[in-house]
Amino acid sequence: MAHTFPTSETTMGAALNRALRDALAADPDVLVYGEDVGPLGGVFRVTDGLTADFGEERCFDSPLAESGIVGTAIGMAAYGLRPVVEMQFDAFSYPAFEQVTSHLAKMRNRTRGAVTLPVVIRVPYGGGIGGVEHHSDSSEAYYTHTPGLRVVTPGTPADAYSMLREAIDCDDPVLFLEPKRRYWARETVELPVRTEPMQRSVVRRSGSDATLIVYGPMVATALEAAEAAAGEGRDLEVVDLRQLAPFDDATVTASVRRTGRAVVVHEASVFGGYGAEVAARVTEQCFHHLEAPVLRVGGWDVPYPPPKLEEHHLPGVDRILTAVDRLQWESEWVEGR
Amino acid sequence: MRLVDRHGVRREHSSFTVPDPAMLAELHRAMVIGRRFNQQAGTLARQGRLAVYPSSTGQEAAQVGGVLALGERDWLFPSYRDSVAMLTHGVDPVETLTLFRGDWHCGYDPHRYRCAPQCTPLATNASHAVGLTYAARHKGHDVAALVLMGDGATSEGDTHEAYNFAAVWNTPVVFLVQNNHWAISVPLHRQSVAPTLAHKAVGYGMRGYHVDGNDAAAVHSVVAHALTEAREGGGPAIVEALTYRVDPHTNADAPQRYRDDGEVEYWVERDPLIRMETLLRNEQIVDDGLLEVYERDAERIATVVRDRMAGEDRLDPASLFTDVYAEVPPVLERQRNELAEELREV
Ligand SMILES: Cc1ncc(C[n+]2csc(CCOP(=O)(O)OP(=O)(O)O)c2C)c(N)n1
Ligand SMILES: [Mg+2]
Repeated sequence: MAHTFPTSETTMGAALNRALRDALAADPDVLVYGEDVGPLGGVFRVTDGLTADFGEERCFDSPLAESGIVGTAIGMAAYGLRPVVEMQFDAFSYPAFEQVTSHLAKMRNRTRGAVTLPVVIRVPYGGGIGGVEHHSDSSEAYYTHTPGLRVVTPGTPADAYSMLREAIDCDDPVLFLEPKRRYWARETVELPVRTEPMQRSVVRRSGSDATLIVYGPMVATALEAAEAAAGEGRDLEVVDLRQLAPFDDATVTASVRRTGRAVVVHEASVFGGYGAEVAARVTEQCFHHLEAPVLRVGGWDVPYPPPKLEEHHLPGVDRILTAVDRLQWESEWVEGR
Repeated sequence: MRLVDRHGVRREHSSFTVPDPAMLAELHRAMVIGRRFNQQAGTLARQGRLAVYPSSTGQEAAQVGGVLALGERDWLFPSYRDSVAMLTHGVDPVETLTLFRGDWHCGYDPHRYRCAPQCTPLATNASHAVGLTYAARHKGHDVAALVLMGDGATSEGDTHEAYNFAAVWNTPVVFLVQNNHWAISVPLHRQSVAPTLAHKAVGYGMRGYHVDGNDAAAVHSVVAHALTEAREGGGPAIVEALTYRVDPHTNADAPQRYRDDGEVEYWVERDPLIRMETLLRNEQIVDDGLLEVYERDAERIATVVRDRMAGEDRLDPASLFTDVYAEVPPVLERQRNELAEELREV
């Protein structure tokens, strides 16, 4: 099978595939396995052609058992390999939760650094593709609440490539969350590419009036919202967090100190979501610069709905702009005191 | 274990007998309806009227044979693959498809049909069947359960926990494993190196049966026997039905990436419907007239499905907030109002 990649325009899916290829070529200790990642190339084709090109020893289908997949990856990593495993969908990673939280995240700490686990778990996550139940969860907060894991999520094809390469090279275990609705998003970029280090958040769009804090699937949505707001005379800055844990707040807090207003946006339900952590941190760090409370926008606090209702659940441009409108732009709030 | 071979000829077996003619006819009728239902649902998926459809064409005998062995108070625990089993069990055809149409998750009241919600996270409902039959016994009720699972699902840890609980608690559950040879693109030999999946029963102290899954008579006879034994306190059982998924995993699958057409042809030649029809005709259990009635029954259900799905149901966005908790809590009340406000502004 011949695989050609456009030298200029690429999709996020193709960028991830290229990152896996380049990692397999660069380091013989890298292995890719999971459910249907072999001849099928994964249900989203992210591992397309890897078995054909690198052989069965480097990319293969395992028995259908997520706990076993992560457990064996832990054993492999302890013995010097760098496994990159796939969970087929967000909600199907839950059988592996015990392995992730009790072993993967804690091994370095338990062994005082003697055993490190350079495992990457790739998880297509989030909604917006019309998937039936269990195919659209945003599970990031389960993982970010687990010290010892790095949790990263790219929002653009260039970042997808660069961050996956970095994740595979990283000596910490990485939960690599892939925003599945953006697999087909295109960007003009020459691969291989190295973007900012993954632990650093980046400003995707500069603005002076308020900061939209986003990651993964919401990066594109926030940029759209910022475009729309510009038409109404509001200049929004968009910060893409990229690595959710550990959280490096430098970029975000610098931005909010400049703009004085912030909205955190994610697909996941708001209550107990990752946005609560961001809002708290921003409030702690930027209190005297804030013109309004930090607001959170996300999915409702309900189970992820069936396909025909998901448009009413997921935050879109309108819900974001409604929150922006509530950032106390009028002086009446001050006068009212 | 086989009672009717692929040419529709009876085979002698020391412990099992072919069901009586009335049941054979009923098995065939249910398979004819099931096949047509799969075709109709497949068409709706291609037309974009279903979000997705996992067809069970080729597996009708396993599903129908198992379900028709259930008693009146027994429960069915299906997976996403088992629409035909559900239909045979009595679930409304349109409610069977609600999940795939994207209208809701479970489209029916499980208590009404004694049918658990179709399960997508593999093998995770198997222990529910153990708990449900345990509870029934606790209350003095005679209720058994049939769990449907695939070959791939037997690799999951949950499968093994359910097997063990059922065996240790001696609950009346029959685990019917439809070994259709593939778990999406992964062949059976990558899931298990056991001689058969039925062998797994041994390790749990259960009975295991290995059946020709395209022989509806054999599946029915074995599942009925296993259910009777289990009900009488003889313990749960695993029935492995050897069959084949003739269609792609779902309409979104690309089987040419992982299997040959030749393999599909081999199994098409072992079609469960042709075998049964041959037997029924040769033994004059049914005639042309009755077979036409079955076809008409199947067509009628297909028409019902088409007609009832022709329109676009408007789903109330406010239904997002109901049935999350016993009562809508204030926070969801607030969010419901926020959504209503959003929708007013648009
Ligand atoms: C826990 C879990 N992991 C992964 C999946 C994704 N998935 C859906 S169907 C399937 C293959 C299942 O194969 P099998 O059990 O043989 O059933 P079949 O589809 O062949 O009927 C996979 C991997 C899932 N649904 N649940
Ligand atoms: Mg299977």
